[in-house]
Amino acid sequence: MTQVDNLANSLMNGPDENGHFGLFGGRFVAETLMPLILDLEKSYEQAKADPEFQKELDYLLTYYAGRPSVLYHAERLTEHLGGAKIYFKRDELNHTGSHKINNCLGQILLAKRMGKTRIIAETGAGQHGVAVATVAARFNLPCTVFMGAMDVERQSPNVFRMKMLGAEIRPVTAGRGTLKDAMNEALRDWVTNVDDTFYIIGTAAGPHPYPQLVRDFQSVIGREVREQMMEAEGRLPDSLVACIGGGSNAIGLFHPFLDDKDVSIYGVEAAGRGLDGPDHAASLNGGQPGVLHGNRTYLLQDDDGQILEGHSISAGLDYPGIGPEHSWLKDIGRVNYVSATDQEALDGFQMCSKYEGIIPALEPSHALGFVKKLAPTLSKDHLLVMNLCGRGDKDVFAVAEHLGMNIKG
Amino acid sequence: MTIKTRIDARFEQLKTENRGALVTFITAGDPVYDVSLEILKSLPEAGADVIELGMPFSDPMADGPAIQLASERALANGQTMIKTLEMVREFRKTDNDTPIVLMGYFNPIYRYGAEKFVADAKEAGVDGLIVVDVPPEADEELCIPAMNVGLNFIRLATPTTDDERLPMVLQNTSGFLYYVSVTGITGVNAPDISDVLKNVARIQAQTDLPIAVGFGVKSAEQVREITAGAAGAVVGSAIVREIEANLNEDGSPREGLASRVKMLISELAQGVRT
Repeated sequence: MTQVDNLANSLMNGPDENGHFGLFGGRFVAETLMPLILDLEKSYEQAKADPEFQKELDYLLTYYAGRPSVLYHAERLTEHLGGAKIYFKRDELNHTGSHKINNCLGQILLAKRMGKTRIIAETGAGQHGVAVATVAARFNLPCTVFMGAMDVERQSPNVFRMKMLGAEIRPVTAGRGTLKDAMNEALRDWVTNVDDTFYIIGTAAGPHPYPQLVRDFQSVIGREVREQMMEAEGRLPDSLVACIGGGSNAIGLFHPFLDDKDVSIYGVEAAGRGLDGPDHAASLNGGQPGVLHGNRTYLLQDDDGQILEGHSISAGLDYPGIGPEHSWLKDIGRVNYVSATDQEALDGFQMCSKYEGIIPALEPSHALGFVKKLAPTLSKDHLLVMNLCGRGDKDVFAVAEHLGMNIKG
Repeated sequence: MTIKTRIDARFEQLKTENRGALVTFITAGDPVYDVSLEILKSLPEAGADVIELGMPFSDPMADGPAIQLASERALANGQTMIKTLEMVREFRKTDNDTPIVLMGYFNPIYRYGAEKFVADAKEAGVDGLIVVDVPPEADEELCIPAMNVGLNFIRLATPTTDDERLPMVLQNTSGFLYYVSVTGITGVNAPDISDVLKNVARIQAQTDLPIAVGFGVKSAEQVREITAGAAGAVVGSAIVREIEANLNEDGSPREGLASRVKMLISELAQGVRT
């Protein structure tokens, strides 16, 4: 096979020039924003071709974020579950405590190149907001973070962190005051402040080029895993597992492996109180294709096309949409999209804390909940990598409450 | 392709009358279906030349708080796409001249099925569509199907639409062009009218289409100033706020709501009539 054939058959080439991954993606935005996202796309293409840009990003990833994050053999969990050999990709060890910093460093360098002087962002759990506030402080740019009023309540540690970092927090009460409303509000701000403002989107969704851009900046996760696994085991992993809200940590882990047909890939959605009721955030397993926030993708919506609220114990997963590349990967069958309930996530949270001495965030706790079911069904020479994409400090109050413990005094 | 709609006829007529168009926006089903229909039916007599009827959406990203709340009220009271088309059918029983443009976001249309939607809308008596989040780059999604059934697809040009981009925005636009007076969302910032009219002139040099100006227009005075240099002025949030101001604590409409909205429209209409 020639290289051209290889490229044509690759699953890693998307999106096309209009930002489509098959049916999904695209640029569904108001006219005011069109010139801005076209400009962003052009600037990103130029930046990608500029070795200086990559050099600066690599430097910051190494010396500021602390990359590469280690690939850790979770020996006790492996023993406890009695099946696959489990590795954690320790992205919770990054500066700011999650994978979100990878993307924020990339985007703020882009903002700087484009001469933008003000940063805005949306956040749900606050992990992305903290990462944005962090890079904004590092690069001395004023920063406004939109956060659903409900999330401001349930993620108070992260709200405090953002404030310490100098960000202005705007609690969003419009709509129902959750992540999707925060994203609406950020888009409204952007459309009003078109000249000076750069919008750092945190997940692999939004209008083209955001899904591609976020994926590219997060793909450092998967590229490191390839190298680290070759070093540790002399071969590629057999399966990959990551939790999915909008899907940025998952696409970052998955993308470099899409063409490795022998690698099984699992994305774990939040099933909330169960997929048979309305209280979940599983856009792929319980939604329909639609158009929101600039892209076509699977959405939680009613028969009339009104967007529904997602529910999850984790504020980082309750987005009613999902990155368009995941929608495409679902439809072509390359990735298995499964789910874990609130309870399974709580079990995963406790299991990881108890057996590995690592308190995970509630988001990857969903991946843990699934690994708990999957690993025992696999043989001992099966290499499983799970992205431990965030640490659980921010969630201890919420988890304590769910477990019926009073730690607030 | 030339398709003659009520919109074309109306702008031609206003040209002979030598005055601009008052374009009024309300959200279908706000605050409840019956009152909304009553308001809709009263608009032409009050002085509205073109009607924009909002299709409520849960996530109106291009709109300010006033119109978002209107959407929420309508949806909470059971408004659907089917009921919105039903309102147009009811309206057409007594008015066959006033153009109706449905305005909203793509997802409810996509869910309905774009081809089926444009056919049903045409049949109900709709003349044009404004769908904020479908740019010219995605014409095949909705604009082309709309044109094929004889609906005008009215596009927005904005302060960020430069001369390089303008031809793309104008291509396939019909009926009129909607010029967005400010960068931002509906009903918040007041436009700088001399600036707006400069842009309208710049765009008018590239097209024969009538240009209507909206976003932040709330008084008869502004309507007058705008229609001195543009074919029409759009008022939305100010009307929707009048509805909001005439609700009881529990959200139910107060007695006389529809007639107060009618009074406001009559006032605004002075901007194109004196």
